[in-house]
Formats: sequence, C-alpha cells, structure tokens
Amino acid sequence: MTAPAIPAAPIHARRPWVVHSILPGFGLSLGITLAYLGAIVVLPLVALAIRPWELGLDGVWRALTAPRVAAALRLSFGLSALAALLNAPLGMLLAWTLTRYEFPGRRILDALVDLPFALPTAVAGIALTAIYAPNGPLGSLAAKLGLKTAYSPLGIFIALVFIGLPFVVRSLQPVLQELDREVEEAATTLGANALQRAVRVILPALAPALISGISLAFARAVGEYGSVVFIAGNLPGKTEIAPLLIVIKLEQYDYAGAAAVGLAMVVISFGSLAAINWLQLLLARRGKA
Amino acid sequence: MTVPNPVVGARPISSVRLPGLAVLLVLASAIVMAALVLLPLLVVFHDAFAKGIGKYLDAIRDPDAVSAMKLTLLVAAIAVPLNAAFGIAAAWCIAKFEFRGKGALLTLIDLPFSMSPVVSGLVWVLLFGAQGWFGTWLIDHDIKIIFATTGLVLATILVTFPFVARELIPLMQDQGSDEEAAALTLGAGGFTTFWRITLPNIRWALLYGVLLCNARAMGEFGAVSVVSGHIRGLTTTLPLHVEVLYNDYDFVGAFAAASLLASLGLITLVLKTGLEWRHAGELAANRRH
Repeated sequence: MTAPAIPAAPIHARRPWVVHSILPGFGLSLGITLAYLGAIVVLPLVALAIRPWELGLDGVWRALTAPRVAAALRLSFGLSALAALLNAPLGMLLAWTLTRYEFPGRRILDALVDLPFALPTAVAGIALTAIYAPNGPLGSLAAKLGLKTAYSPLGIFIALVFIGLPFVVRSLQPVLQELDREVEEAATTLGANALQRAVRVILPALAPALISGISLAFARAVGEYGSVVFIAGNLPGKTEIAPLLIVIKLEQYDYAGAAAVGLAMVVISFGSLAAINWLQLLLARRGKA
Repeated sequence: MTVPNPVVGARPISSVRLPGLAVLLVLASAIVMAALVLLPLLVVFHDAFAKGIGKYLDAIRDPDAVSAMKLTLLVAAIAVPLNAAFGIAAAWCIAKFEFRGKGALLTLIDLPFSMSPVVSGLVWVLLFGAQGWFGTWLIDHDIKIIFATTGLVLATILVTFPFVARELIPLMQDQGSDEEAAALTLGAGGFTTFWRITLPNIRWALLYGVLLCNARAMGEFGAVSVVSGHIRGLTTTLPLHVEVLYNDYDFVGAFAAASLLASLGLITLVLKTGLEWRHAGELAANRRH
C-alpha cells in the first residue's frame, strides 16, 4: 500500500496541501492529469448532469416514467440483477475447480475465463444470436422444449450471464487461493463434514469477494449494449434495453430525453453500488464483532 | 502463479485419482465454459467460413472492410498513446506524492469503467452534436466532430480511459519511491531518474495496461456506435462494420469481419496470459480489471 506520510516531513511552502517530497514533477504530472481528466471525463459528465433539466423537473419525471422508458429501465436493471445472481453459483463453481484441483487443461480453462472480456461485444453479440436463434445449435434445442431464447428476455439474460461471469470468478480466485487450509483442516478434525465446512468455514470467508464480484457483474450488465442488442429483438416495452433507448432518442434528436435516461442509469447504478458497499461494510463489521 | 495444492476433504490427491466429487465439479466447470464461453468463439469462425474460404477472403478484402480496418487502427493509434501518457502522469503524481483530494481523483479516474458505453458516446453528442452545447459554433466554423473521426476518437478515449492508470497506480504505490530518491541524491536529473529507474520498473505493467487498452479500443462498439452515424467506408470502425453487414443479412461478411476482431481478442488473451505467467510479480496482477 501507500507508504505512510512521514510526520516530520516539512509541509510545502507554496502548496500546503502537499507533503514535501524530493521527487520532481509533481506539478507537471498533476497538471496533465487534471487537464486530461477535466476534458475527457468531467466536462462530458457535467453536460450529462445538466442537459436533462431543460425539460424541467416534471419534464424529466415524465420522460422517465413514460411506459416505454420505465419498461426498458425495469428490464435492464431486473435482468442484470438476475444474471449477476446466477453468476454467483457459476462463478463459485469455476473459481473452486480452478484453484483447488489439478487437472489437464486447467491453465487453458483459467485463461478462457477472460474470453468474455477479450471478445469485442459486437462479436459476442452476433455469435450468441447465431447460437440461440431458433435455427442455432442451442436455440433449436431450447425450441424443442418450447423455450424461446433469442429475441426474448431469456436471450438478453443469457448474454448478460456471459459477460458477467469473469467478474465473479476473478473476484473469488485470489481469496480461495489464500484461504487458510489449516482452518479447513481444523474444522475437519473437529468433526465437520464437507457440507458444514463449505457453509460454515469457506462461504463466510468468500462472502465479501462474492458480493463485490456480483456487484461488478451487475454494473457491467446494466450498461451492456453490444452483446445484448443483437440477441434482444428490441421490441418496445418487451425486449428493449435502456442503453438502446438512449440510442433511439438520440436518433430522434431528443437530446434532453436521452440525457435523462443516461443520467438515470448512472444514478441508479451508483446508488446500487453504494448500497452494496454499505452492505459489505456491515458484513465486515459483523465478522469482527 | 503457484500451483494450488489439490484438496478434497483436506486430503491431497494426485491428478490421476480424482475422487467422485472432484471429477463431477471439473466436468461441470468444463461444460459451463464450453457451452457459455467457448461456443460463441467457435461459432464466429464456423460461420465466417460457412460458404468457403473464397467468400471469406472476398469479405475481408471488400473496400468497406479495408477502410473499416484502417479507421479502427487509426482510432486506436491516437487513443491508446494518449491514455498511456495520461496513465503514467496520473500514476506518478498519485503513487509518488501525498496530497489532499487523492481519493476523489482516484474515484474520477475509475468512473468511466462503471458507465455504460452508450452513455460514454452520448456525452460527446451532448457537447458537440448538432444541438449540443458547442453544436452551433462548430457548424459556423465548419468543424465536424460527431459523425466524424474526431468523435470516434473521443468516445474511444473515454471508454478506455482508466486501463493504463489502473495497472500502474497500485504497482507504483507498492514500489514506493526509494529507488528514485537514491538516484536523485546521486545527482541524476528528474528525466534521467524517470527514464532509467521508474520506466524499467513499470515496463511490464505498462505493456499489460496498453494491451488491454488497445484491445478495448479496437473492439469498442457501444460508444462509437452513438457518435459514428454509420457512414459506410467513412465512419464505420470494424465492430460497426460487423453491425452494418449483420443488419443487411450479409452473415458471411459480418462473421468474417468478426473473426478478425475475435483473433485480436485471442491474441490479446494469449499475450496477457503470457505476461501474467512470466511477470506476475511485476504486474500487481491480483487487481485485474
């Protein structure tokens, strides 16, 4: 972590907010950082935060509660939450096998976990659509069971599970690797069976990493566009995701409406992430008590 | 990477004699990965060559495809070096100095990761679109940003903004500044110190960050789709070219272009995994993504 500031270090005469260091380049590097950050991140976000309000407060409210917009927001956030929840058991399964067993092809399987990150989203999108379309290899299988996969909420759900999986696996792996084997062995010698060890010893140790993995997968899924838009079918009110609605509003030159949806997505995402952080803090405190 | 100690019921087992549960879990993991993650990759190449190699070559030699590739390379060639330079500057001031407001700065740098790609495109339209804040001024001065290369570059920069900085900051914080301080007291100048001490210390992490940044820059879809206008041969990057062809029902063409992007993803994955295996200690790799 950060080297602790040496208390005796003299405070910079001209910049009282900087602890003095003999290294050069603070002004230059901070200047570049702030200028670039301001131009690329802050200015655009200010535009996003201000633009919707030209509709007025109730204009924004009406834009967001219009049936089509409300349905898209519900669909995006609801399916993202479900997909992130399914990623939990799948991610635990993969993280467990990859860290605890030695088997041929383990390293390849481990590298493949990152494939959803590495594959450009549009590529994943058309490939998933080809697989789950009614004439695709898995889509036709599902059709025999009477399930419609592509062009339905189920198709969106599958795409969101696909892109969220690496977040959970990569959050869990380091924790599982460092989990003290001796604690598990102690539990065994004290008579705990495999199920008790899993529920009482391993799961509590994993909980914080699991929650952060799920929340990362959720945040990514909410905003996802490329891998979803092809498989979704994009039927207004039924399979239309919130990011697509922004694109549609922009095509109609409804900048304020698009900005309202964009701002709502950012605010709800941040709200849920903050809530999850708070939950994690609560869990950590309970663990210590 | 340490080879994990294979444990089932806290009893080490050899890779040959996997007891029932382990076999079951490994098999389940392999099936999940094959069906969910590997299949889309295979489908891309299968469908690209579905009508033979001749049609495949025609598709990737098509003038629109070639100009899409050139545009993708151009956008990445501008966006990646800029973000790398920013990443180094940001890491230098954040890791080597103690100052107030550092936490806020870190949050702002991470922000683009939690934004929907569509929102990352939208914000530029709000600024520079026909009805954006600077829209009229730009039209008066005959400057095109949206529906032009500049817009594509801006959207790509915003989406890939944190990649290099996020790799470098934790690593440089770990390394501290003792070596730089030693060089300076021995009489080296600031630039020499950076060039001879800091850069060699961070080179693998820098390469790693640039690799991820470049893969995302070339594969980005949502953000550039908003600012592109989809003018064939002019403002379609390779991922947008995939979309245009797919929506025209030219599936061989779409999957042929997608196969190039998938190859880029695969090469990135191989290089990234190689770096993780060989230079794990110099990467701060436990903070991936």
